[in-house]
Amino acid sequence: MRNFTDRDWRRTAALTLFAAAAVPVQAFAAWEPTKTVEFVVPAGTGGGADQMARVVQGIIAKNKLMKQPMVVINKAGGAGAEGFLDVKESKGDAHKIIITLSNLFTTPLATHTPFNWRDLTPVQMMALDNFVLWVNAETPYKTPKEYLDAVKAGGGKFKMGGTGSKQEDQIITVAIEKQTGAKFTYISYRGGGEVAVQLVGKHVDSTVNNPIEAVAQWRAGSLRPLCVFDGKRMPYKTKITKTMSWYDIPTCKDTGLDVEYLMLRGIFMPGGVTAEQVEYYVDLLKKVRATPDWTSFLETGAFNQTTLSGKEYETWVAREEARHIMLMKEAGFLAR
Amino acid sequence: MEEVNALLQGFGVALSPLNLLLMFVGVILGIIIGVLPGLGGANGVAILLPLTFSMAQQPGGTTSAIILLSCIYWGALFGGAITSILFNIPGEPWSVATTFDGHPLAQLGRAGSALTAAFTSSFFGALVAVIMITFLSPVVAGFALRFGPPEFFSVYLLTFCAFVGMSGGNAAKTIASMMIGFALAAVGLDSVTGTLRLTFGSTSLLKGFDFLIAVIGLFGIGEILETLEEGLAFKGASARINFKVVLETWKELPRYWATSLRSAAVGCFMGIVPGGATPASFMSYGLARRLSKDGNDFGSGKVEGVVAPETAAHAAGTSALLPMITLGVPGSPTAAVLLGGLLIWGLQPGPLLFVEKPDFVWGLIASMYLGNIAGLIVVLTCVPLFAAILRIPFSIIAPVIIVICAIGAYTVHNSMFDVYLMVAFGVLGYAFKKLGYPLAPMVLALVLGDRAEENFRNAIKGSQGDLTVFFSNGLVGGLTSFALLLLFWPLIRAGWRVVLGKS
Repeated sequence: MRNFTDRDWRRTAALTLFAAAAVPVQAFAAWEPTKTVEFVVPAGTGGGADQMARVVQGIIAKNKLMKQPMVVINKAGGAGAEGFLDVKESKGDAHKIIITLSNLFTTPLATHTPFNWRDLTPVQMMALDNFVLWVNAETPYKTPKEYLDAVKAGGGKFKMGGTGSKQEDQIITVAIEKQTGAKFTYISYRGGGEVAVQLVGKHVDSTVNNPIEAVAQWRAGSLRPLCVFDGKRMPYKTKITKTMSWYDIPTCKDTGLDVEYLMLRGIFMPGGVTAEQVEYYVDLLKKVRATPDWTSFLETGAFNQTTLSGKEYETWVAREEARHIMLMKEAGFLAR
Repeated sequence: MEEVNALLQGFGVALSPLNLLLMFVGVILGIIIGVLPGLGGANGVAILLPLTFSMAQQPGGTTSAIILLSCIYWGALFGGAITSILFNIPGEPWSVATTFDGHPLAQLGRAGSALTAAFTSSFFGALVAVIMITFLSPVVAGFALRFGPPEFFSVYLLTFCAFVGMSGGNAAKTIASMMIGFALAAVGLDSVTGTLRLTFGSTSLLKGFDFLIAVIGLFGIGEILETLEEGLAFKGASARINFKVVLETWKELPRYWATSLRSAAVGCFMGIVPGGATPASFMSYGLARRLSKDGNDFGSGKVEGVVAPETAAHAAGTSALLPMITLGVPGSPTAAVLLGGLLIWGLQPGPLLFVEKPDFVWGLIASMYLGNIAGLIVVLTCVPLFAAILRIPFSIIAPVIIVICAIGAYTVHNSMFDVYLMVAFGVLGYAFKKLGYPLAPMVLALVLGDRAEENFRNAIKGSQGDLTVFFSNGLVGGLTSFALLLLFWPLIRAGWRVVLGKS
């Protein structure tokens, strides 16, 4: 009899305790990852997106910003389609995030791979990557106009080197052609560093490398920047070479070449995740961006520091998609 | 002798107790990574990269970090040979050519000799490359700048031509095998036009056929199927497992000095260009086969056939770090990850790194010497241990190998589809062996096919369709001519004999 009561009492107590513990967790405490978070990179190891993902991972690990570990996984196949499809298929999985580059828009348009950014949940824009028009320092061209006049006179003999095909570098090249009537032969390579070195070796005549891809060759005096494809100058005033800082490079628009292009470095989650789960990552990435390591990384890569999240981010992505459809259509890059 | 002073200072940096410890940890981790097929050096380094992030913040920490990571790379270079020789499963892409003679040696009961030869030649190749980096880096870095698409294509052409006819068997079968390889290499994204080819709407085929998965299946699974047929007998169980075998093999090695030197030169060249360690190992094996006295017996278990690819692979793997440091162009996938690491740590690889961060660069170069010595010590002392694995009954080891192969295939892209693909390749490999088709030409075409194609098309595009671009300067002209000479050598020789016979 006493045993019975005892057991009953214990059971009741246990149930009460369980209820007391469980209800607040579900109702009030914020969501947190309960297992390892996969950070998908839809590009190869060593590239710009991969570097940023690994910096984020490193900052999170170093400052213990997350209780669960984070692993970076490269899924570069089919110009990143492999990674995007993987995240698309992980609907509702809050333990997966993906960093995107322009292939978020260009890959499905150029290859008909069945995905769209609307299959994903926008979390946070980390930064925008700049593009700079570079020529070999031994050539006489000092302004975009001088160079482009020479290209026009060359009738297609001038070679523009870039990363990938029907991706951002070639889109900019076509935009320059439309704007000025100059004609390039576009040569595609596998990585940005390779492109910069091909320009040093004069195997191509110009490139639109990101700052971080070409900075070493610029400092060594082998390359010359002509203009940056942003609406405003890059804000970094520390001298990179003896005479110039990133800030000293004029915008292309100011020099009469009206082409603007920036590349998204943003984080997305799979579709079907809850608002709380998105909020967790927005907050986590805010902490990442507050670290000095992040600031110095942005400066090294001369990034455009625009950051957006939530509704604004979504609107921005939608607008950028529309712009890419237009650019790719004009260039004849849409898959038939 | 500026370099010697700088190097001695570098040794000072690299020889701190912490760095020595990291060196051994890195090498041992690397060997494990190298042994496991699929988990390549690039993956291993990438996984550990975030760990080094906080390490690099301390003074002198970047040097420790790069020592740890580069030693994983040396370890992986050594480790790739182990499974190639013992089980015919290349742990890394660059050890495919090591299987050609390494595994037959193991079947003859000479696994110990093969391992010792592989490790020692790896070390020799690395040593030559490091010495070159120490004294010739400014000259050599400039050389890499001369390589554009036509030059790269001619290098790949040379690799193919050095290798064609190496099977010695039916020429039609060799060509068929190579063409299947090219067809498989074409699947996936065409990098020149940015469109998908031969995927038939399947999203699994988007990423194409990965070389590693094909190789794990063709060689590893294919070998196991064949052994099963032959009645579960594991040849080479009689492998001697005492340490004397190392010394005996060392006595034999000086005989192959010409092959060693040639392979080291091929490796250094391919590393700097950068053409990669895998093509270097194939090219070197192909050349050794043609130029050696015992060339015709290659493939039946010749120590020289292990020396050639291993020396070249390690020389290329080591010298691949030079274009990474001086130009910021990675010579191998692992170098690409290391490059990302440098940027994350706030170092800018490029022409100025030698001037601005001499401590770092010379510390790294010194660690190349020390890391390879550490690696050699570790692997050589383990030779009897590795050889002893062959004494385990086949019925126990075979399931283990299959599981390791499956894990390896899965790891490459974290994809289950790849595991099925590996099995399919295994069956294909078995069929090839039974029908007398050589596997090597197919593997070579698969690994180099898309690169060769891409550079050929880019070269033609750049020259506005003019084929003479492949003879447009001394460098590319010389490489192309040499390749064609190698290709037509049997014809030329036959023709010469006819002329001589008649006169």
